[in-house]
Amino acid sequence: MPTNTAARPKGPVIRKAAPAPAQTRPPSRSNRKRSDRFVLAGLALFALYSVFPVWWLIVASTKDEAGLYQTNGLWFSGMHLWQNVHILFTYDGGIFLRWMANSFLYAGVGSLGGTIVAMAAGYSLARFEFPGKKAVFACVVGSFLVPSAMLALPLYLLFSSWGLVDTPWAILLPCLVNPFSVYLAKIYTESAIPRELLEAARLDGAGELRIFVSIVLRMMTTGAATVFLLAFVGTWNSFFLPLTMLRSEQNWTLTLGLFDWTGLRLEGQDLTGLVLTGALFSIIPLAIVMIAMRRYWKTGVAMGSIK
Amino acid sequence: MTRSLRWKGAAFSAPFLVGFIFLFLIPIGYAVYQSLYSVQQSGLGLGGSTTEFVGLRNYGQGLTDPDFRSALIRVFLFACIQIPLMLAVALLMALLLDAASARVAARFRPMLLVPYMIPGIVAAIVWVNLYSPDVGPLTPFGRLFGFAWNFFSPAMVWPSIGNLLTWHGIGYNMLIIYAALQGVPRELFDAARVDGAGELRLATKIKIPAVRPALVLTGMLSIIGMLQIFNEPMIFREVTPQTVTSAFTPIMAIYNEAFNAGNYNYAAALSVILALILGVASFLFYKLTSREVA
Repeated sequence: MPTNTAARPKGPVIRKAAPAPAQTRPPSRSNRKRSDRFVLAGLALFALYSVFPVWWLIVASTKDEAGLYQTNGLWFSGMHLWQNVHILFTYDGGIFLRWMANSFLYAGVGSLGGTIVAMAAGYSLARFEFPGKKAVFACVVGSFLVPSAMLALPLYLLFSSWGLVDTPWAILLPCLVNPFSVYLAKIYTESAIPRELLEAARLDGAGELRIFVSIVLRMMTTGAATVFLLAFVGTWNSFFLPLTMLRSEQNWTLTLGLFDWTGLRLEGQDLTGLVLTGALFSIIPLAIVMIAMRRYWKTGVAMGSIK
Repeated sequence: MTRSLRWKGAAFSAPFLVGFIFLFLIPIGYAVYQSLYSVQQSGLGLGGSTTEFVGLRNYGQGLTDPDFRSALIRVFLFACIQIPLMLAVALLMALLLDAASARVAARFRPMLLVPYMIPGIVAAIVWVNLYSPDVGPLTPFGRLFGFAWNFFSPAMVWPSIGNLLTWHGIGYNMLIIYAALQGVPRELFDAARVDGAGELRLATKIKIPAVRPALVLTGMLSIIGMLQIFNEPMIFREVTPQTVTSAFTPIMAIYNEAFNAGNYNYAAALSVILALILGVASFLFYKLTSREVA
């Protein structure tokens, strides 16, 4: 937010030569300047720490095998990125692209469905009174404490008796029911949808479904986008559920595929170069989505801190 | 609210509720049910197997299981060091960002959030390779200063994972703390400055107490996450299976029992134990940290 510069002192713009003691700011100028320098140095250090692994990954994915093992990891040596990408996309019959498509399918479709379900439930919890409402909300909050393994194991057994293991449904169905999304949707509804508006719409004779679709959902695009984005990132990054549910390679996600390739090292097959280029390509779509929608996830995270 | 309106309102919750019943309540109930049974191999193991009710025997076994217990202790000790450290770093980052001018903050913030955009598994893969003596730049960097680092040795493997988790987690936690910091009225800081407080005093006496609720929240989320740590040690296991054993963390032990040993009933009991520990830990943390505020 570069617009609110006015709120804070910009630094010494007007400075008189006279060493008259400042009236409103007792700490001396030089003191303040020193602390500014300290702040800048600290931020630079943290920025370096945060960014250098990704920088190394980008550099590594431009190198061929010899370069990867023999040259300085933090600087370029030859340009083999396109070769590496070609190997990545054609290895094992182009399985990497398949994994990428799967990740998009699970994260995209699952989060879309999950967002609609969550918006409806959040709206219902925020703006209606009905018997059992408190119990539903208690379930939502209580489920935050349930460990992933406690769900994934019995789900695996249940899904295998329903014939859903190793199908996309095994990942998509759990995406539809996301308690954290419901929790966010409830908070957003409370802050964005005035009760009076709903009353007015009802007096005008609008049906409940129509009110939800054409008023509530429309007024909550920002909230819905946040819920969708957080669910998308969560599913894209998920590992435990796919690991338990998906057996055959064709159904795997990117995270599962990269995990498998890394593990081949134990069997004496070194795919390090392939894994690193793959890792870079698994970040790019997510980074694009997150940068494009950064307005939303920032409000989402801030929202989590309010409660 | 009229009766029909109540039912229509409840109907909006129905899809979630149905899903919740099938994907949360029934599986949880099923896990508890499973944990009370055991598969018995008959005779020589040739004549098939029978499932019989064993009551709480799986729980008794789980509570005395040395592998599971050492996994719990290992992760608990690790959490006691890693979580305060990571939150301290995240807090420091948020304070620095808050003390900087808006222009400088806007320039640095995206860089500090880069790790947050990386999937956990990918972050682990990247760091495992950074640590690697073959391709990673950290080993030659250490040699420059006369260190012979081995990031995968038994003594170093937790610090190595800790650094990876810190790197991956500070951005997100910084964002929550920073958001809380931005919510504090600026006049409060100006007033303190007028009274002669330096930036350091301002931070320790006003800013840190003001973001206490955010620290409690991030601490709670970190504890819940840490007790379930799985992805990172799984990647480390692919590099050093001797150090990172199959039951290195509680969830790894559960996964191993279920999918490698095929012992679903026992794994179910372990997962119920872990859920109870998680509930108790969160409750205690909440009680301990919210007492003074209230």
